[in-house]
Amino acid sequence: MRNDDSIQAPDLSRRGFLQGTLLGTLSLAVGANGVIGVIGVIGRAHADDDAPKKYGADSMPGGTVSDPLVFVSIGADGTVTIVAHRAEMGTGVRTSLPMVVADEMEANWDRVKVVQAEANETRYGNQNVDGSRSVRHFLMPMRRVGAAARQMLEAAAAARWAVPVGEVRAQRHEVVHLPTGRRLPYGELAADAARQPVPADGTLKLKTPDQFRYIGKDRVRMVDLEAIGKGQATYGMDVRLPGMVYAVVARPPVVGGKARAVRAEKALAIPGVLKVVEIPPFSGAPAFQPLGGVAVVARNTWAAMQGRAALEIDWDDGPNAGYDSAAYRGTLEAAARKPGKVVRNEGDAPAAWNKSAEAQRYAAEYYVPHLAHASMEPPVATVRVSGKSAEVWTSIQNPVAAQTAVAKRLKLEPKDVRVNVLLLGGGFGRKSKPDFVDEAAIVAQAMPGTPVKLVWTREDDIHHDYLHTVSVERLEAVVGKDGRPQTWLHRSAAPTIGSLFTQGAKGQQLFESGMSAINMPYRIPNVRVETAEVEAHARIGWFRSVANIPHAFAAQCFIAELAHRAGKDHKQFALDLIGPARKIDPRTMADTWNYTESPERYPYDTGRLRDVIEAAARGARWGRKLPRGHGLGLAFCYSFMSYTATVVEVAVNDKGEVQVVAVDMAMDCGPQINPERIRAQMEGGAIMGLSLALTSEISFEKGRVKQSNFHDYEVLRHHASPRVIRTHLVNGSHDTPPGGVGEPPVPPVAPALCNAIFAATGKRIRSLPVRTVA
Amino acid sequence: MARLQLNGQIKEVDVPGDTPLLWVLRDELGMTGTKFGCGMALCGACTVHMDGSPIRACITAVSAADGHAITTIEGVEADRVGRAVQKAWVENNVAQCGYCQAGQIMSAVSLLKATPAPNERQIDEAMSGNICRCGTYPRIRAAIKQAAGDLAKGGK
Repeated sequence: MRNDDSIQAPDLSRRGFLQGTLLGTLSLAVGANGVIGVIGVIGRAHADDDAPKKYGADSMPGGTVSDPLVFVSIGADGTVTIVAHRAEMGTGVRTSLPMVVADEMEANWDRVKVVQAEANETRYGNQNVDGSRSVRHFLMPMRRVGAAARQMLEAAAAARWAVPVGEVRAQRHEVVHLPTGRRLPYGELAADAARQPVPADGTLKLKTPDQFRYIGKDRVRMVDLEAIGKGQATYGMDVRLPGMVYAVVARPPVVGGKARAVRAEKALAIPGVLKVVEIPPFSGAPAFQPLGGVAVVARNTWAAMQGRAALEIDWDDGPNAGYDSAAYRGTLEAAARKPGKVVRNEGDAPAAWNKSAEAQRYAAEYYVPHLAHASMEPPVATVRVSGKSAEVWTSIQNPVAAQTAVAKRLKLEPKDVRVNVLLLGGGFGRKSKPDFVDEAAIVAQAMPGTPVKLVWTREDDIHHDYLHTVSVERLEAVVGKDGRPQTWLHRSAAPTIGSLFTQGAKGQQLFESGMSAINMPYRIPNVRVETAEVEAHARIGWFRSVANIPHAFAAQCFIAELAHRAGKDHKQFALDLIGPARKIDPRTMADTWNYTESPERYPYDTGRLRDVIEAAARGARWGRKLPRGHGLGLAFCYSFMSYTATVVEVAVNDKGEVQVVAVDMAMDCGPQINPERIRAQMEGGAIMGLSLALTSEISFEKGRVKQSNFHDYEVLRHHASPRVIRTHLVNGSHDTPPGGVGEPPVPPVAPALCNAIFAATGKRIRSLPVRTVA
Repeated sequence: MARLQLNGQIKEVDVPGDTPLLWVLRDELGMTGTKFGCGMALCGACTVHMDGSPIRACITAVSAADGHAITTIEGVEADRVGRAVQKAWVENNVAQCGYCQAGQIMSAVSLLKATPAPNERQIDEAMSGNICRCGTYPRIRAAIKQAAGDLAKGGK
C-alpha cells in the first residue's frame, strides 16, 4: 500500500492528546444492531412506543462523542492532528468536520493534519455516512471537541504563568496572556494541556458565529484536493499489500438465483488464475448478504476477469426469473388505481372525488424507473484473514456494517476485525451496504494470510446494484372554481426498501412515505396519502435522496399541472398553496418519522420553503420573456431538514432534443459550514438530477438487468451538462439547526426540468427518463 | 515482455501481450493514479497519453504500447501544460470524490496541448468521453478555461 499519511488510520497505541499520553481504555462493543437492519431508519419506522423516543444522532448506533482526547492530538512541534471519523465520498466531510474542530480550538489550518478513523462507533460515535447526516449530527459535537481542546490549552497556559484563566486567550495556534502579551505556542503547551481535566459540557465556551475563522468562510480547501489532482489520493480500489491477490465474482444473473453446476477447469487453466471459491447463495431476505456465485482468484485483476469469463456455470434463476420491467409497470399502474393503505387522512378525499363532477377532477400518473448508482469507483474491498483476526481495507459509507458483516462471516469478535477506511470514489447510497466486503471475506477465508482484493467490474455494478426503487405515483385532485385543489390524493406504488430486510415486505414504510409524500404542507382541506402493496423482485436500496425522487417528481409536476389548469402562474399558485410562513409540526401531517429528528427542533417551516422558492425564481428571473423553444420550470422540496428550490431553463428544438440552458438552485440548509462545498453539492445534485431525468434507466427482462455499462446505462456527460448552474444559499443562520446537504439538491431537478419542457413545448412528460420530447 | 517508456523511464513488464495497459500500470507497476471505471473506453477514468495523444488504457493492449512514450497522471506534473491544468483544478476546487479527475485532467491536458484556446464545442468534444458522476462538469470547464488563460499569459 502506498505510504500516504493522508489515508492512514490513526494508530491507537501511539495517539494521544499529546505525545506520550495514552488515551482512556479502548472499549469496543458490538453495535446493538446486527448486520441485518443495521440502518437505523428501518428499525425506527415501527419503533416500540414504550422507550423514551430518541432523536437525531442520539437515535443512531454509537450516538455522538465529543471527547477531545478521542479526536485531537497535538505534537511537540505544534502539529494538530484531528480525526475524521466519517468516510469521504465526495461531500467534503473529511475536511469540514475537522475544520470545525480547528476553528473552535483556534488551530491554524495549515498546521492541522487529518487522519481517518478506523471503524469504531463506540470510540468515535456514529460513522454511517448516509442520510445527509454528517454535519447535521456532528456540527455541535465537533464544536464541543474544539472548544474543550481550546479551554484545556488555556488552562495549561494559565497554570504555567500562574495567572487566572480569565486573563489568557487561545488564538491562532498559541495562548496569549492578555495583560502582558506573553505567548505560548500550542506545541509547548501540549503536554500540560493533556493533564488538564476535560471540561464538562456545561462549562464549554463555544465561539459566537462572529468569532469563526473557518466556519462559513471558504478559506479551507479539501484536504485531499492536491493529491487527487496528482493521482496520489488512495481509494479503496488503490489498496496494495504485499502478496495481495485479486478476485472477481460470477454472480447469479437473477436475484435469488444460484449455481446448479460449475465447471472451472478452463478458468483454472488461464495463466495467473490461482483458485476458484464458491460464494454461497443468500438465504431469507437479501439484506447485505452476498448474492452468491463463484469467485475467481488470480495474481492480477485482468487474469481474474479472464478466468471468470472462462467459467462454465449453469444457473438456476430462482423465483425472480420472470421479472420484466415493462410488465411490472402495468402491475404498478393497476395497484396505483385502487385504494391502498392509508398513511395520512384529513377530511374525505375519496368521497369528495366521488361526489364531484367529471370536469372538476384532475388525475395524473408519474413513472420513475429503477436507477443504478454507478459511482465511478465500483465496489471493491480488500480483506486479510490472519488466525483469530482480520483486517479490511475498503471504501465504504458504513465501516461498522463492514466490520459486523466480516466478523459474522468469520465467526470473530468485531473488535478483532479492523476496518481501514479509504477514500470512496463516489457512494450515493450504494456503498452503505457491506455485501462486497463480505464477499471479500469469504474469499480471504479460503486463503488464510493472503490479502484478497475483490473488485467489481462496471458490469457487476450495473447488474447487481441495490437499485433505486421503481414507482408509479398517482395524484388526484378535485379542483374548485378558483382553480385550487379541494382534495389531494397521493398514492405511491413502489417496491419498498423494507423488502431488503423482511422477505416479501410490500408497501412503502413510513420512512419512505415521509420523503415528500406524507409531509405535504399545502393548505388543502381533504388530504389522503396511500401506499400500494407491491412485491419487490430486485434488491431495492437507497439512492441519493431516496423516495424523495419519485414523490417530489410527481407532486411537483402535479402542482404545475394544476396551476396550468387554473390558468395561473406556477410560482404564485404554489406559494398560495403553501400559504403564509408558519412552522408545521410534522406529526400533524401524520409524519412521526421526520428523518428521525425531533419534531420540535425540526418543524416543517413553510417560511423557509417560500424563501428558497423566491431565491431560485429571482436567480432565474422568473417570468421573463424567453426565446422561442425555451421554457422555465420550477420545483421545490423539503428533504433531510433542508429546503431546496430549482428553476431549470430548457431549450427544445424541432427534433425534440432537450438542452438544459441553465439551472438555478436555492437551498436553505441552516448554518453553512463550508459554503463552497455546499455549492459543489448543489451543482453535483443538479447534474445527478438531470442525469436521472434525461437519460438513466435500469430495466429488467427475464429477471436480468438489461443494461451493462455506460453505453446503455447513460449518465450525463460534459456536452449535455448545463453551462450555467447558479447556486443561491439562503438563510445560513446558526440559530436554525443544521440540515443535510448531500441529498437535498437532487429531488427538485427532474420535476423542474419537466415543468420547463412543458413551458417550452406544451408537452407534459410524466415518465422518466425524458430522452427526447416526442 | 513489454518495454514501456513510462513518464520518461523505461519499465519492462512480463505479462501476456493482450493485457490492458491499465492493469499493467495498476497491478504490476503499482501506479494507481490511473483509474478503472468501465473497462470499455466508455468513461475515460483510465485516460493516459501515448506519444502525446489521449488513449484509454483499459482497452489498450500493453503490446500496442510497447516502445511508445506513455504519460500517466503521475508524470503530468513534469509538463508546463500539466502543471497549469493541475493548478487550475485546485483553484477551482473541481474535485468532489475525485476518482475520475485523473482521467479528466489527462484529457484536458491533451486538449490544451492541441488547442491552446478551446471554444465550448472543442471542450465538449475533448471531454465528453470522461464521465464524472459527482457532476463537476461546470468546474472542469471553468478550470480548462483558466488553465488556457494562464498558459496564454506565459504561466509555467
